[in-house]
Amino acid sequence: MTRKNREERETKREKKKKGGWAIAVHGGAGVDPNLPQQRQEEAKQLLTRCLNLGISALRSNLSAIDVVELVVRELETDPLFNSGRGSALTAKGTAEMEASIMDGHGRRCGAVSGLTTVKNPVSLARLVMDKSPHSYLAFSGAEEFARQQGVEVVDNEYFITEENVGMLKLAKEANAIVFDYRVPAVGLETCGAVAESPIMMNGLPISVYAPETVGCVVVDSQGRCAAATSTGWLMNKMSGRIGDSPMIGAGTYACNICGVSCTGEGEAIIRGTLAREVAAVMEYKGLGLQEAVDFVIKERLDEGKAGLIAVSNKGEVACGFNSTGMFRGSASEDGFMEVGIWD
Amino acid sequence: MGWAIALQGGAGDIPRTLPAERRETREAALRHFLAIGVDALKAKKSPLDVVELVVRELENNPHFNAGRGSVLTSEGTVEMEASIMDGNTKRCGAVSGLTTVVNPISLARLVMEKTPHIYLAFDGAEKFAREQGVETVDSSHFITPQNIERLQQAIEANAVQLDYTQPIQKDVKKETPNTDSDSQIGTVGCVAVDNDGNLAAATSTGGFVNKMVGRIGDTPIIGAGTYANNLVAVSATGKGEAIIRGTVARDVAALMEFKGLSLKEAAAYVVEESVPRGNVGLVAVSAKGEVTMALNTTGMYRACATEDGYSEIAIWPSVQN
Repeated sequence: MTRKNREERETKREKKKKGGWAIAVHGGAGVDPNLPQQRQEEAKQLLTRCLNLGISALRSNLSAIDVVELVVRELETDPLFNSGRGSALTAKGTAEMEASIMDGHGRRCGAVSGLTTVKNPVSLARLVMDKSPHSYLAFSGAEEFARQQGVEVVDNEYFITEENVGMLKLAKEANAIVFDYRVPAVGLETCGAVAESPIMMNGLPISVYAPETVGCVVVDSQGRCAAATSTGWLMNKMSGRIGDSPMIGAGTYACNICGVSCTGEGEAIIRGTLAREVAAVMEYKGLGLQEAVDFVIKERLDEGKAGLIAVSNKGEVACGFNSTGMFRGSASEDGFMEVGIWD
Repeated sequence: MGWAIALQGGAGDIPRTLPAERRETREAALRHFLAIGVDALKAKKSPLDVVELVVRELENNPHFNAGRGSVLTSEGTVEMEASIMDGNTKRCGAVSGLTTVVNPISLARLVMEKTPHIYLAFDGAEKFAREQGVETVDSSHFITPQNIERLQQAIEANAVQLDYTQPIQKDVKKETPNTDSDSQIGTVGCVAVDNDGNLAAATSTGGFVNKMVGRIGDTPIIGAGTYANNLVAVSATGKGEAIIRGTVARDVAALMEFKGLSLKEAAAYVVEESVPRGNVGLVAVSAKGEVTMALNTTGMYRACATEDGYSEIAIWPSVQN
């Protein structure tokens, strides 16, 4: 073959290695080790279904921002995880949801909090980004905007599942009683102590704690990154509490080199500006994606428990967590695909 | 090492033709609050206490866009937000959507110290305020005639005045006799470091003239409007949307930490490279007792002082620096 042909072929191969789309989804960090096998299977099936949805969209050349939105909509609509339908409940027994979305291309972003009737919070966040002069709308102002935009709204009851009503009751009891005989004893994580201390997250024993969020990160075949996160947040929370999910830089971040979505203990994620941190160490320290993810999980969480998923503009995908498990799935154009819960 | 403090009263399109008396009122206020902050540092108050008390003063002063004197939403109401962060522990507190709390920054501090949460907003925050017994008043207390007028003008101009990014011209676009034409002013904030290198930052605002009800800006977003760790404390002001996407406060710290830039270099980089012209100003102090005040807007009300005797009160960019 001629030299020109050889060079062309090598350039093509290099492009293929460097680029390509990639996608990751998560359904929350911090999973009860005693979660029934059936539940684990259901979760994995949902994650697989969402990945496949995203993959089809990517193959049809949808942009990253469109793909993260449609995948998170799917996660919100399914009652299994804590967002949209199936959201954890406030102390009053209602659902109060928040979400954010960010387009790495131009670093445009949108966020919403305090939603009670909007069927798909992530889509309202997108409208805030695209159709409003602001980046973040909350409570009655957000609900008003939703109506102006004509998005689908429903009664708050739609979001409430029987299972979560039961969990709320347990959470209220757990908040009153520190150690509950119903909580399974786990000795693994806690420095070999006698098996009375349950794994705790966000102040609740893990059997009662609902992993908080769902999220999706995507890099499309043009190398554009995007990220989105959505949640009902914390079981038994006070109305008016805002967590990390709608906070750009904390729960969600995307720029031209990566897209990140986090989940776990909100306080730790906010203080650590976790999502932005991954991008910052890549940008300012020159770390690669997995290195950056590992660094952030290891060094930036102090005593907090959290996890995150991330993609880079080079078509890489990575995840990391220091919690007990994280519902997650990832796939990339070179055929890689994986869904998991534990380490 | 030594203590250092800086405070800001908002960055934006402050025309150099600002009427003398309006300029003097604000400069006097900045001077006064700087002195209060310096005295507190000399009296060995913690930086967290210092930034809170200085921001309270700025909130109480009706000439700045925070607390009393907050700009109005599209409905003519006041919705205030604030955040505070302690550099050593990185604990933080934030509030949004306040309508009756006299000092939002103090409520933010209570959220940080009295709850396991970081951020409370709207009804939930107001409820918490009552539970904590903080001072609340009828929301008319916060509304000033100047702000009613600003809102009127903004509505007439039929725009949420988003855009500070008019090219920097010498002439002023809209000069009306009755206002200061400084309607774009963003926030108030304070950063401080003591002799031992403890850092804190606090920021407070009424937000954006004619903003949509429920709009949250950069001020309560940790990493955007406010940030402090064991290297630096930052408070930013300007166009909220740009500060959020630029994660401004966190970026100053990240550049110092990961790229080894100095305080001045990091602040300059962020305002010159990371955020479009006309959108941001910030004040920052480092653990070493250095101070910097950087802006890419026409002006920023600001003041700073360090233990070695340096002090500055300014509105427009300094010639040297």
